[in-house]
Amino acid sequence: MTTYGRGLRGLALATVATITVAFALVFFYAPLDADQGFIQKIFYLHVPLAITALCGFVFGGLLGAMHLRTGDRRWDIRSYVAIHMALIFGIGTLITGGIWAKASWGHWWVWSDPTLTSFLIVLLLFCTYQPLRFSIEDSERQARYASVFAVIAGAFVPLNFIAVRLAQAYVHPRVLTLTGGNLPGAMRLTFLVSLVGMALLYVTLWKYEMAAKSTRMQVRALRRALLGDDGVAPLKRSAAPS
Amino acid sequence: MREERAPGSWRTTITVLRKDLLLELRGLETVPAMVLFALATLVVFHFGLNRDTVDGQLAAGVLTATLLFAAMLGINRLFVAEREQGGFDAFLLAPVDRSALLVAKALALFVFLAVLEVIAVPAFGLLLLGTSLGPPLLGLIAMLLLGDVALAVIGTLVSAIAVHTRARDLIGPIIGLPLLMPALIALARGIGPLLAVHGSSWPPARWVLILALYDVVFALLAYAVFDFLLED
Repeated sequence: MTTYGRGLRGLALATVATITVAFALVFFYAPLDADQGFIQKIFYLHVPLAITALCGFVFGGLLGAMHLRTGDRRWDIRSYVAIHMALIFGIGTLITGGIWAKASWGHWWVWSDPTLTSFLIVLLLFCTYQPLRFSIEDSERQARYASVFAVIAGAFVPLNFIAVRLAQAYVHPRVLTLTGGNLPGAMRLTFLVSLVGMALLYVTLWKYEMAAKSTRMQVRALRRALLGDDGVAPLKRSAAPS
Repeated sequence: MREERAPGSWRTTITVLRKDLLLELRGLETVPAMVLFALATLVVFHFGLNRDTVDGQLAAGVLTATLLFAAMLGINRLFVAEREQGGFDAFLLAPVDRSALLVAKALALFVFLAVLEVIAVPAFGLLLLGTSLGPPLLGLIAMLLLGDVALAVIGTLVSAIAVHTRARDLIGPIIGLPLLMPALIALARGIGPLLAVHGSSWPPARWVLILALYDVVFALLAYAVFDFLLED
C-alpha cells in the first residue's frame, strides 16, 4: 500500500556519509574566518538548517495544497510531517543563530537583523499549526483546516521575508546572493556540502516518520479488521493524524 | 455541486452584510466593546509609558497596538453567532456562492474597524498625541483604511478557521498575529512620520505600497482557500 520504507536504508546511509564529509570539511578543510575566527564555523550548521526549515515549510504548504485539490487524506499526513520536521529544524536554527549572534555581535538576539526577525515571525506562525490541529475534533475537518493553514502559512513565508527585509537595514551576512556571493571557494564548497547533508537529513527524517505513521495506521486497520472496534485502543490525545 | 460563479453572488454578499450590520445596530455588541477596549488600552499606555504625550514612531506604535487589540475582539466574535445559531448550516443549504460569506464578513469587519477608528483615533489625538492630527489627516486616513483591509481580510480568514476549533478564542489571535505582522509593520512605519513633530503630511510611498500589495495578495489567497473552510 505505502512504500515509504523503500530506499530508506540507502537514503539514511547517504545522509550519514554526506554529513560526516560535511563536518570533516568544516573542521579540517574550510579556512578560519579572518574576522570571526572559529565561531564562524557554526555558520555551516546554522544556515543549512535555516534554509532547510524554510523550504520544509513551503513544502508542507504545497503538500497541503495537494490535499485540498485531491481530497486524499494521505497528502494531509505528508504535509503534517513536513511541517513537523521543519519546525524542529527551525528551532535548531534559532538556537544556533543565537549562539552565533552572541559570539559575533555580543547579544543573543538582535532586532535590527531582518532575517532573524522574519524567521522568528515565521516560526511563531508555524508553532500554531499543532495547537490548531489539536483543537479540532472531527478528523476530516482537522485535515482540511490544517491544509488550509499550511497553504496560507506556506505563502506567508516569502511574503514575510520581503516585508521584514524592507523594514530594516542589512546586517545579516548575505551568503547566497544573485551576484554569486562573496564566499571564497573552499568555504563555498563546504557550505554546499553541508546544505546537501542537511536537506538529505530532512528528507530521511520525513520518510522515516511517514513510514512509521503509515505502518501504525496499517496495524490499526488490521487489528480493527481482526478484532473489531473493541480490539483497537482508542487514540491517545494527540494532534498527529493517524 | 459547486458553481464557480453562482448568479447573484454580489446580492448574496449585500444581504449577508446587511444582516450583520443590522444585528450590530440592534444589539450593539461588538463595536462598543471594541471602542471601550481601545480607550482602556490608551489609558494603559499612558501609565505604562509614564508619558502624557507621545509622538512620532512611539505614537504610531501605540496607535497600531491599540487598534490591533480592539480588532482582535471583533475578529474573535465574527463567526460566533453563525456557529451557535446555525447560520453556517443555513448558508450551506442555500444555493449561493460560498465566497460571498467571506466577502460579506470581511466587509462587515471593515465597517466595524472604520467605526472604531472614527472614535478611537480622535480620542487618541485628544488623550495622548503630542502633535496635531490636522495636517497629516488625509495620509493617516489612507494608511488606516489600507490597514483595515489587511485586518479585515486576515481577520475573517483566521476567524473562519478558529471558530470550528475547541479553543477558538485562543487559536484566532495566535494565528492572526504572526499573519498580520508584515501589515502591522507597514502600518506603524507608514504612520510614524505622520505623527512626528513637524512630520510629513503623507506616508512614505514604500509602506503604502507594501501594505497595499499585502492586502491584494491576502485577499486573493483568502478567496482561494475560503471554500474549503465551509465544506461539510
